[in-house]
Amino acid sequence: MSSRPRRTPEETAAFRAGLAVGLATTAYGVSFGALATLSGLDIWQTCFLSLVMFTGGSQFALIGVLASGGIAAGPSAITSAGLLGVRNVFYSIRMSPLIGPGFWRRAAAAQVTIDESVAVAVAQPTPSAQRVGFWVTGILIYLGWNVTTLIGALIGDLLGDVSAYGLDAAAAAAFLGLLWPRLKQRQTQAVAVGAAFVATLLTPFLTPGLPVLVAAVVAIVVGAFNLLGGKEERA
Amino acid sequence: MSAWNIVILASVVCVALKVLGYLIPPRAFEHPTVSRIANLLTVALLAALIAVQTLGAGQSIAVDARVPAVLVAAGLYALRVPFVVVVIVAAAVAAGIRAFT
Repeated sequence: MSSRPRRTPEETAAFRAGLAVGLATTAYGVSFGALATLSGLDIWQTCFLSLVMFTGGSQFALIGVLASGGIAAGPSAITSAGLLGVRNVFYSIRMSPLIGPGFWRRAAAAQVTIDESVAVAVAQPTPSAQRVGFWVTGILIYLGWNVTTLIGALIGDLLGDVSAYGLDAAAAAAFLGLLWPRLKQRQTQAVAVGAAFVATLLTPFLTPGLPVLVAAVVAIVVGAFNLLGGKEERA
Repeated sequence: MSAWNIVILASVVCVALKVLGYLIPPRAFEHPTVSRIANLLTVALLAALIAVQTLGAGQSIAVDARVPAVLVAAGLYALRVPFVVVVIVAAAVAAGIRAFT
């Protein structure tokens, strides 16, 4: 393929960005694998989630709800994972014209459409660099995340009791890490505080898993009326 | 509903959502209110999960070693400490408090 044109500087930069983000993200897989097995899933179920579901927020949500509510909280766990996956629809729409035609290419693109691959892609200046950023980040994380999930699952399987090791706190810290980069605007901060408050308040009254779903209403209300959005908010 | 049912059903839902975006015409979801709600939905769910994971104990509220652990985690994120390190430190803080109380 020596006739193939050399990579542009933009594509090289996109490749490097994908590499950096990919390697950093891959390491989270260990925490997911360990927490998943400690939430009651076996190693195969844990690996299945990383292979098929492959969207970190939803994966953590599913095991978080199962850890607190057990198998009985299954419907809430599925709904939480699904609602957290809704943002991927918007990522897919954004990436769709960039990926181009071809069933297998689009199917592969759908599977690696996640926060990180889309974030790296949209940060690039040219369409070709965006494509490089998307594929490098997505494929690297897909491979790495699955390897580290397996490692984490094996570690979790050896560890045993959750609370003795502080892994329940680790799960909360993991969610916080996913939330942290999204707290830049006043509106998202208000929604975060409101949702946390609602979920805590409802915990004694609803079966485990449901408070999290009801808290999502805060996002719908604030989003529909664009409260605290737009220009400067009132003091 | 078995654990496998839950795992498979939730995975199918999440994959379907990703595929959906590649099937529908781009215009359908362009409304700013819709994309704003989708973004805020992610924030609300994560925040609610943090609250329940930190304070929930089955169907009741308990303030224990998890609270200082999460506060330490927040401080470390503010200092831009990497995710993996923060998660390990949070586990260590909670485990440490439990060992000495």
